[in-house]
Amino acid sequence: MFRERFSYAPFVWPFVIGLIFFLCFFVAAIVRVFKELPQSDKIKFGKSLFTKQTLVSIKEIFMECLLHRRIFQRDPLLGFMHMSIAFGWFMIIVLGHIEVKLYCPNHLNLPYFPIFFRYFVKQTDSTLGGAIFFFLMDFFLLMVLIGIGIAIYKRINSRIVGMRRTTRLKIYDWLALYSLWSIFPLRLLAESFTSSISGGSFLTRGFGLLFDSFVSNSVHVVPTWWAYSTALGVFFIAMPFSRYMHILTEPFLILLRNAGIRTVRHGQGYALTETFACSRCGICLDPCQMVLPGRMDKKATVYFISNLRYNHMETAREMAEMCMQCGRCVAACPVGIDSCRLKLSVKTDNQMGQGDTYLQYLNPASDALPAEIQPVVRQMPEKPDVVYFAGCMSHLTPAIPRAMQTLFKAAGIRYRYLDENGSVCCGRPLMLAGQEEAARQLIAKNTELIVKSGAQTLVTSCPICYRVFTEEYKLPIRVVHHTVFIRDLIAAGKLSTEPVQERVTYHDPCDLGRGSGIYEAPREILKDMAVLQRAYEEKDQALCCGGSLGSNLMPYETRRKIAADAFNRLTFRNPDVLVTACPLCKKTFQDVADRPVLDIAQYVATHLRAQKADAAPVEETPYRAAV
Amino acid sequence: MVNFGFTINKSTRIDYDQASKDVSRYVIAHEPSALLCIGCGCCTATCSAGQFTPFNLRRIQLQVHRGELARLEQETEKCMLCGKCQMVCPRGVNTRHLVMTIHKAMTLYNRGELKDL
Repeated sequence: MFRERFSYAPFVWPFVIGLIFFLCFFVAAIVRVFKELPQSDKIKFGKSLFTKQTLVSIKEIFMECLLHRRIFQRDPLLGFMHMSIAFGWFMIIVLGHIEVKLYCPNHLNLPYFPIFFRYFVKQTDSTLGGAIFFFLMDFFLLMVLIGIGIAIYKRINSRIVGMRRTTRLKIYDWLALYSLWSIFPLRLLAESFTSSISGGSFLTRGFGLLFDSFVSNSVHVVPTWWAYSTALGVFFIAMPFSRYMHILTEPFLILLRNAGIRTVRHGQGYALTETFACSRCGICLDPCQMVLPGRMDKKATVYFISNLRYNHMETAREMAEMCMQCGRCVAACPVGIDSCRLKLSVKTDNQMGQGDTYLQYLNPASDALPAEIQPVVRQMPEKPDVVYFAGCMSHLTPAIPRAMQTLFKAAGIRYRYLDENGSVCCGRPLMLAGQEEAARQLIAKNTELIVKSGAQTLVTSCPICYRVFTEEYKLPIRVVHHTVFIRDLIAAGKLSTEPVQERVTYHDPCDLGRGSGIYEAPREILKDMAVLQRAYEEKDQALCCGGSLGSNLMPYETRRKIAADAFNRLTFRNPDVLVTACPLCKKTFQDVADRPVLDIAQYVATHLRAQKADAAPVEETPYRAAV
Repeated sequence: MVNFGFTINKSTRIDYDQASKDVSRYVIAHEPSALLCIGCGCCTATCSAGQFTPFNLRRIQLQVHRGELARLEQETEKCMLCGKCQMVCPRGVNTRHLVMTIHKAMTLYNRGELKDL
């Protein structure tokens, strides 16, 4: 029922050359990445192969690389655009190979054969099998063409796919983009012109008949196949230098990530894979608060990764130093690139002190004043239940530690206020500034102080401290942020609050929400107390207050603009009070606020219901006067 | 010499013709907000490191501009970059980066690598 016409034609060469070039590049890149992985990561990767984890990875590859589920969740049309191109193309390749396997299995070794199958094989669409294949091929071709239509329109007006801006591309990206856009229309033309010989379905047959009425098809067969092959060849050759390298890098990245491998140093191993897996889709452009409304600054993460990739290290470093590390781009990234970690690894290149002289006073052997660091430990000898670490920033907002002490007393908890008279910093600001060595010294000092206190729980008021306590400290005791601690106290009946006739909006601090995944505890507290109004951007979409310690370079005016913008967006439902859980956010917002900005501890302490007659007197923390 | 139980203090006169302006120029070029400082000392009052050590950002930045560069590199190494000073600065000086820039400038200066700007 089918007949092989040819098994070779000269027009396959552009495609074959492109494919060979691309595959060589890809294999070399994978070998390089593996070489650069630390030994422990290689073992991790080896162990993760052929386990349950592999199935999870395969599912993720299918859902993300082909169907683009995360982009669908963001915007259905944008998701459809990516899905139709990726999945449609994938199905065309798979079906092409099945056809070859079914009809001419002896040609499976020819890489070009499935691609130009219609030219080589005269099949028939009158049998059921043939008709189904023709239909499916046409169906997926139509799918890709629709996707490309949306992609072309997106370049003109990106708002239809829910994006305010789209990425500005490099020269190789344009080359690859134009060749990608032309591949499928050319395939349609080639197959339509050939359809009178090879057969076709609703799309190719229809176009074939249409063209038949005004052009002589047979003359156009070979030139259109040439054009199709050339477009493919150009695309493959441009691919390693363009953003389309992400197509094959992303599945590889998913395998590495699910094996538990993370960035160690930029430009090497996993970090290199991440830079190549970035598709520069531009989804991180809109979340970035550094790109102020109406501006087209190249500040978002996509340009940072692009600078890393093309080795513009000075610009990349400057961008890393400017970034606030709020993590909104990481939350939005459909590829799951941990760009915050990537930026930190760039910053770590500039270590200030190499450990010997830096923060010398922490070392008891030095002539500085180490004993002064531990005044509270000496003052409170009894064994506490809880050790409270307010954090540096909380000392700038004394209402927060005061409220926490009120709550401790009201709940009858024996606590020790570790940094009542000041203490050393937790170390995260140093880490964010890229000074990892110095931060390690602080971590060692604090660990010593905390363990010495003998408490079983460490409560902190500062999300910045909380994140570093949980991520970097290896503490033998439980670490909680005060939002979780207060929620647990209320749930256990040790604290009770009175209802408040107020509308409240909660602001998720970056390090508590995206950084540590605590979203529900504060909302549970507030829901029971007052009318909790949702912010338009909340939870993992939450805004950064602009006070972030992540940025080294950001000037005050920009911070203020970001804070004002974030405050306006947070209060668009006009709540009476903005409640947050971070002293830094509170202090930053207070500069631009037109209504009270309170910490959740303050809010609970202010609206505490006295439970028993003999309960400790509740200290008043009048906040309205302070604003 | 007879010991009268007191000494004469060393002169604190600053000779601006002799003092090195290199570090000051470098710092201003890399962190222009250094020029906004009015020397109010809020940074020093709130400083975490200042509680245990004589670390004093107000004095350090003054010394940078005066060209009194002895021991400045070691001084800046006391900072924990906690950022409190930045939050309280009434002039919006980017103090964390200022400390880092002074440290870098001093490292280069002590190595003799600070290029004339």
